[in-house]
Amino acid sequence: MFDYQSYLRLNHFPLIWCPGCGNGVVMKSMLRAIDNLRLPRDKVCVVSGIGCSSRLSGYLDFNTVHTTHGRALTFATGIKMAKPELTVIVVTGDGDCTAIGGNHFIHAARRNIDLTVILINNLIYGMTGGQHSPTTPSGSRASTAPFGNSENTFNVSGLAIAAGASFVARSTTYHAQQCDKLIEKGIQTPGFALIEIMAACPTSFGRANKAGSPADMMRWQRDHAVTAQRTEKMSPEELQDKFTIGVLAENPRPECRTEYQKLIDRLREQEAKA
Amino acid sequence: MLSGNEACALAAIDAGMRFYAGYPITPSSEIAEHLANWLPRVGGVFIAMEDEIASMGAIIGASLTGTKAMTATSGPGFSLMQENIGYASMAEVPVVVVNVMRGGPSTGLPTSPAQGDVMQARWGTHGDHPVIALTPYSVEETYEATVRAFNLSEQYRVPVILLLDEVIAHVNEKVALPEREALRIVERPQPEVPPEQYLPFVDTPTGVPPMAPFGTGYRYHVTGLAHDETGFQTNDPKVIDAQLRRLHRKLELGRHDIVEVDEFLLEDAEIGVFAYGSSARSARRAIRLAREKGIRAGMLRPKTMWPFPDEEVRAWTKRLRAWLVPEMNLGQAAHEVEWAVAGAVPVRRLGRVDGNLFHPNDILAAIEELA
Repeated sequence: MFDYQSYLRLNHFPLIWCPGCGNGVVMKSMLRAIDNLRLPRDKVCVVSGIGCSSRLSGYLDFNTVHTTHGRALTFATGIKMAKPELTVIVVTGDGDCTAIGGNHFIHAARRNIDLTVILINNLIYGMTGGQHSPTTPSGSRASTAPFGNSENTFNVSGLAIAAGASFVARSTTYHAQQCDKLIEKGIQTPGFALIEIMAACPTSFGRANKAGSPADMMRWQRDHAVTAQRTEKMSPEELQDKFTIGVLAENPRPECRTEYQKLIDRLREQEAKA
Repeated sequence: MLSGNEACALAAIDAGMRFYAGYPITPSSEIAEHLANWLPRVGGVFIAMEDEIASMGAIIGASLTGTKAMTATSGPGFSLMQENIGYASMAEVPVVVVNVMRGGPSTGLPTSPAQGDVMQARWGTHGDHPVIALTPYSVEETYEATVRAFNLSEQYRVPVILLLDEVIAHVNEKVALPEREALRIVERPQPEVPPEQYLPFVDTPTGVPPMAPFGTGYRYHVTGLAHDETGFQTNDPKVIDAQLRRLHRKLELGRHDIVEVDEFLLEDAEIGVFAYGSSARSARRAIRLAREKGIRAGMLRPKTMWPFPDEEVRAWTKRLRAWLVPEMNLGQAAHEVEWAVAGAVPVRRLGRVDGNLFHPNDILAAIEELA
């Protein structure tokens, strides 16, 4: 049995999350990945924004920062650039990362800075009471979309790939073991890594869309997720209501802080010669 | 010969600043340009962020690792920074924010001087929060004030705002810089207890808790939520009240260390001029001209704008017939002077918002009217 407790700040339990929420599944997966990589906990920094998923940082016994809404990546960028020996993991949600924080998300991926972003995509703003977010599926209901969401949605992983992230993957809380592997891979990637994890919000999204019990919502994940290999063999019609899981892109590119260190070293060498 | 922006960048490096994040904006951009050149040479980091919100976030993150950090901007960018400035206040993260004031509101006058952000520096972010803002009036003083901004932010664990204006930023002046070795450099208080006993937001005799850098074994939580001494969110009204009052108390306790004023020919003055930044340069000349005409005028010049030097204003008020407050806005510092004076003598506002400096004769005319 994995010893989760040694990584947790148990005096801050119980968790604020609702029964059936997917955030706990992601938190456990993240801890298994960190443990498997034998990362010294003094050198792990977990940065989050604002929202249900962003409360995750406080429960973990690392260097943790609960920042302002949408800005986790900016704080994380400062931490990584100032102290590159830290492993910096960002935990964020769909609203935090792709709405209010969308600009930072694009630019962190463009810089390919060595951050691992775990984006818990529950398709809704949970903490504020179930308003529709940039990933709420078109037609789905939310407290601010009582007649169904009339907007188009973001393909978050596609956005990260287009912006230049080195590692992009997607999974679901149903596929928890796959999440472990993807998070591990993301942390090991020397560059910007996004692991988008589809998670159920039974309270806000589930109720508004009559999605059933938390278990039903996880079954939905199982039935609508297809592996990258299977995706290739399927027609657009078959893929209509499906999403791809697994590694979506691996794109080795120069990493932001490493390149800056090269500049520092080059200038120092020049100075030493002069 | 240095410009104010150049002196600011140089002083920041001398003060030990090793992380700069910023977004280009006139009239502050030269600070970023100099630091992009100088920081990597001293092993520091310069990063161009995607906007001013990101710049503030990045310097707070860098500061959490124990690195002195700053950003520089002007009015519109300063507006964007406000939410994270509040975070730095609440989470007690030392950072320096340079705001080279230009004409506003909105895009306003990008290349013209103004002093319209005095109140924004004090109250720009939401909620009750302590803040320090410095207002140098020359290139040489900009160097000193920048070093001081870092020292104060480290000592009190607060964001410090350095309020320059376009004239101070761009004017080239001869300066005598202090020897680097002779500079007084302050570092943030460090914990003297082992990690398991460390309380990152504990009350102390100075009100300032010690701050451990990330990555050194002191694993703790930082949040913008109301928190207790461990750094975790609390809804306990007693704890919330005590913590918020401590944030203010630490600056009240340090008030006499923080607040600096310059007194110019005030000793026998009847008319007191309260002026700062480039307006104080015109005021100095105006006071000399007034004295030539036999009018006993003098100037109280705040080098620290926030906390406001109200005690100093009150003390001089007893010896004056009137105050004159020339500033490149429609009465921001004047409001504070009026408050401090509380009707004891007349306070005359002299505002200018057309993007031009005061001519000494404008101020002289107002002094003559009061005499």
